[in-house]
Amino acid sequence: MNNNFIAQIQNLNLDFKGKKLFNNLNFDILENKTTALLGSSGVGKSTLLRCIADLEIENITDGKILLKEGTNIAWLSQENSLYPWLSILDNVQLYHHLKGTKTKQTLQKAKELLSQVNMSKHCNKKTYELSGGQKQRVALARTLMQDANLILMDEPFAALDAITKIQLQDLTCNLLKDKTVVLVTHDPQEAIKLANHIYILKNQPVILEKVASLEGTLPHQLSNEKLWNLQEELISKLQGSDI
Amino acid sequence: MKKFLTVLLPIVFLFILWQSVIVLFDLPHYILPKPKDVFFQLINQYSLLWEHTQITLLEILIGIIIGCIFGLGSAFTLLYFKKIEKYLLPILVISQAIPVFAIAPLLVLWFGYGMASKIVMTVIIIYFPITTACYDGLKNTPKQWLQLAHTYKLTPLQTLFKVRFKASLPSLASGLKIAVCIAPIGAVIGEWVGSSKGLGYLMLHANARMQIDLMFSALFILIVMTLSIYFLTDYLTKKFIPWASHLH
Repeated sequence: MNNNFIAQIQNLNLDFKGKKLFNNLNFDILENKTTALLGSSGVGKSTLLRCIADLEIENITDGKILLKEGTNIAWLSQENSLYPWLSILDNVQLYHHLKGTKTKQTLQKAKELLSQVNMSKHCNKKTYELSGGQKQRVALARTLMQDANLILMDEPFAALDAITKIQLQDLTCNLLKDKTVVLVTHDPQEAIKLANHIYILKNQPVILEKVASLEGTLPHQLSNEKLWNLQEELISKLQGSDI
Repeated sequence: MKKFLTVLLPIVFLFILWQSVIVLFDLPHYILPKPKDVFFQLINQYSLLWEHTQITLLEILIGIIIGCIFGLGSAFTLLYFKKIEKYLLPILVISQAIPVFAIAPLLVLWFGYGMASKIVMTVIIIYFPITTACYDGLKNTPKQWLQLAHTYKLTPLQTLFKVRFKASLPSLASGLKIAVCIAPIGAVIGEWVGSSKGLGYLMLHANARMQIDLMFSALFILIVMTLSIYFLTDYLTKKFIPWASHLH
C-alpha cells in the first residue's frame, strides 16, 4: 500500500436491497487529511463509511478494503450514540469500560477531554439530561479518548441547530487537526469548511468524483468569492446527481 | 396528596357501589357479602389468610424468577441461533394458544399436588411476555450502539451482555410488568385444580361452605398482593432503568 494512504478500497462491489450500489469502486483515504464524502440522501455515503468500518461485510460481494497495519477506527454517528445506562465519564471511557481496562489515568484523561469540549460542568449529569449538542460534544470526547488513527464521522452534526453546528464544527477542526478523518455529509458548506478533499457520490452504481482539494489549516476560512464559487459548483454537481 | 386522592377515590367509589348493589337488590350474604363482613373476615381470620397467602406468594415469586430465567434464555437463543428461531417461534405461539385451564389438570398429575405444579403453571403463563419483550429489546438495539461495539472489536458475547442486554432492559421491564400482573393467575388456577394450600384453595374451600365473605377476603388479598408486586416492579424498574423513559 502507498505510504500516504491509510485505507484503500479496491474494486468494491456491494449489493443493497437487491440493487447494485457499488460496482468496482476504487477510493483511497489519505493519511492526516480530512476527506468529505458528499452526496444526496440514499446515494450510499454512509454505506461506504460502514464498509470502511467493516460493518457491511454481509453485503459486499467482491473487492478489498485494505487498511494500513495497526489502523484502529473510531466512529462518530449522527445522534443517540451515547449509552444511556452509563455516566458521562463512563461514556467517554467507553472503550476501557467495555474492555474492563478503566484506570485512574483513563478517568483523568476523560476529565481532561470533557474539559476540552467544554463539558466539565456537566460531567455529573445523566446522558439523557443533555441537549443534542452536548451529547455530540461528549461523543467527540469519546472519539478522541480512543486515540484512533482513522476517524469515521457519519453526518455528526446533521441533527443540530445552526449555531450549535457551527460551534461543533470549529471544535472538531481544532481537536481533530492532523488526524485522518472521513466525513460523510450532505451539506456542501460543511464539507468546504472541514475537509481537505471533497468527493461527490452520484448515480447508482455509485461514481466517486473528486471535486476539490483544499490545503491549509482547518476550518477553511476562504474568501467570500472563492467560498461562493466552490459552493455553487458543489450544489450544481449535487443537483445533477439526484438518484 | 393529589396522587393519594386519585388512588383512594376510585376505591371508595367501588365500595359505595358494592354496598349500594347489595341494598338496592336485597342480595343475601351468600351471593354478595357486605364490604364490612369481608373486612371483619380479614381481621378475624388473619392467621388463616396469612398462612395461605405465604404459599401463593411463594409460588408466584418462584414462578416469576424461573419464568424470567427461561424467558431470557429463550430470547438470547432466538437472537443468536437464527436456525432455531424458525422452530422455536411457532412453539412459543402455540404455547400461548393452549389455555392454561386445559392443561392444569395434566400439570397437577405430572408435578403433583404440591407447589411444583403451580410454579410450572405460573412459569408457562409469564414465559411468553418475558421472552418476546426481551427478544424485541435485544433485536431492536439502536444500530449506533452496535456500530460502536463493532469498532471496539467486542466479542459477540461481550456485545450481548454489555450492549444488547442493557439496551433491552426498557423493553424487558415492560414485559416484566405484564408478567407480574398475570403470574397470580397461573398460581391460583393451579390451586383450584388440585391443592391443599394457598389462596386459590382457600377460595374454593370457602365457596363450598358458603363462606362467601371469607372467599372475598382471600380475593381481596390476592388483588392487593398482585398490585403490590406490580408497583414494586414498577418502582424498581424506574429506579434501576431511569433512562428508559427518556429513550425517544
